[in-house]
Amino acid sequence: MGTGGELAAVVGVGMTKFSATRGDVSMPGLVREAAQRALQDAGMEWDDIDAVVMGKAPDFFEGVMMPEIFLSEALGCVGKPMLRVHTAGSVGGSTALVAASLVHSGVHKRVLTVAWEKQSESNAMWALSLKQPFQVSINAGAGGYFSPIIRQYMEATQAPELIGCMVAFKDRQHALLNPYAHLHQPDLTFDQVVESPMLWEPIRYSETCPSSDGAAAMVIVNEEEANKSTSPAWIHAGAMRSEANNFPGRDEVNPLASRECAADLWRQAGIVDPRKEIDVVEMYVPFSWYEPMWLESLGFCNRGDGWKLVESGATHIDGGDLPVNCSGGVLSSNPIGASGMIRFAEAALQVRGMAGDHQVDGAQKALGHAYGGGAQYFAMWVVGKDKPAA
Amino acid sequence: MTEIHVPPLLDGVEPVQSVRTPIRMEYTFTPGVAAQTYLREFGNKKILGNVSPVDGAILVPPRGADPRHGVLCEEFVEMPHTGHVGSYCVTNVPIPGRELDLPYISAWIFLDGADVGFLNLVAECPPEECRIGMRVEAVWKPDEEIATTAENILYWKPSGGPDIPFEEAGVRSWHARKKGGSNA
Repeated sequence: MGTGGELAAVVGVGMTKFSATRGDVSMPGLVREAAQRALQDAGMEWDDIDAVVMGKAPDFFEGVMMPEIFLSEALGCVGKPMLRVHTAGSVGGSTALVAASLVHSGVHKRVLTVAWEKQSESNAMWALSLKQPFQVSINAGAGGYFSPIIRQYMEATQAPELIGCMVAFKDRQHALLNPYAHLHQPDLTFDQVVESPMLWEPIRYSETCPSSDGAAAMVIVNEEEANKSTSPAWIHAGAMRSEANNFPGRDEVNPLASRECAADLWRQAGIVDPRKEIDVVEMYVPFSWYEPMWLESLGFCNRGDGWKLVESGATHIDGGDLPVNCSGGVLSSNPIGASGMIRFAEAALQVRGMAGDHQVDGAQKALGHAYGGGAQYFAMWVVGKDKPAA
Repeated sequence: MTEIHVPPLLDGVEPVQSVRTPIRMEYTFTPGVAAQTYLREFGNKKILGNVSPVDGAILVPPRGADPRHGVLCEEFVEMPHTGHVGSYCVTNVPIPGRELDLPYISAWIFLDGADVGFLNLVAECPPEECRIGMRVEAVWKPDEEIATTAENILYWKPSGGPDIPFEEAGVRSWHARKKGGSNA
């Protein structure tokens, strides 16, 4: 990465179609589908892979303990090093970074990384509302947790009430450009988003991510291997940070771990002005208001101005100068464990010029971003069309 | 769609794509010194907090450690039964395993003098009247029902009095009171 080591690049990306229920495949079938596509994209066979790094959300979502063990054969891990990464919702991002680190370090030349969730076989609402011993059970899932944080952002910035709806409507429009997206709602109107019921006020139904089945995979290789590829996405920087979810003075809206992760990322990538230097952003926005909140935290604008970027249309693929979540984002597809890796993979597709109808013309540098837990775990990378400057 | 091949014997039989197999787990929970001390006093209608040895921050409920510094917190302090709403959610979604009339208000309660909040129920308050900074007080179960459980406090209700200003409410109180110093 920016701190030295071998160059690494993404030369293969594979995703499944995301949907509410992939009843046609088992969990092994699901991950294999994504991995197979990534290998095909990379022009590789299973035997070409040196190691496999997997990630998903906590095991109790589907109730399968250590699923990486029973998925090993489907992912061709037999006889190879295999690792599982755990960082809650950010896991898809950190899994990719762990895979990249195996290449940066010179340990392996060709690493397959896969992340997934089969929400149709799980109950995330239950899993995220677990009663802790001797504590009051009052939190209704992730929406119940993030709603009070969003409320503080709205009150602190005095942002117009419908900014969140603008984000949700934009991401659902973007999703129409992505055949893999779960939600395809061509007839959805802005008014329908606004009129959708409040679930966790101020979060509306239409401002919430869906529950999806799906997997994403990437092949990450060293410089020698990447030079053989016609369209590598070079990894310019990668950073992870975490923090506790409750401590005195914790900035819940703009967590310190997020700010420090972004600062480290930009420093590694040699980026001084992210708004100018980043061409396209894939960030983790499970609830609409997180778009303006993360835009601020990541330094794309001053604190309190994130909603103005949304309102101006800057984040729309059609005419915006900082398109955000051209794939439709987490708001349109949310296989939880895979959601972070989809962001990282979409960033790679953009700089490879392979994002299809949601391609941002001439994208040179892209940000992939993921967060998890109670906005506690952060994983980010910058990928570029060109090799990072020496 | 992946094609599924079955023996001829099973031709025409509807394929099983998934089965539900509910499981149940029992476990023994060891609360540790901090939670145990807290729960015993909670059974006496007292609310305890932990005092951080680093800077005197008061953490409620006590967890036995300061998450910022990874240090042991051995000192306890008794807290008042009043505080304010740091932020809140008006929830129209049922909680698995708990019956509450919808909508209900889940709120981060910051006790007077505490430096962190905890999530709890606010009632006797129409959702549209709930506010960040609204002052609240505990509504306890009848004395004969009090036990060493988290459910001793039924909910928090508005207690009147002037709101805490937004800039000083919830997580911002730490900075507003400048207790944090360089760790803020």
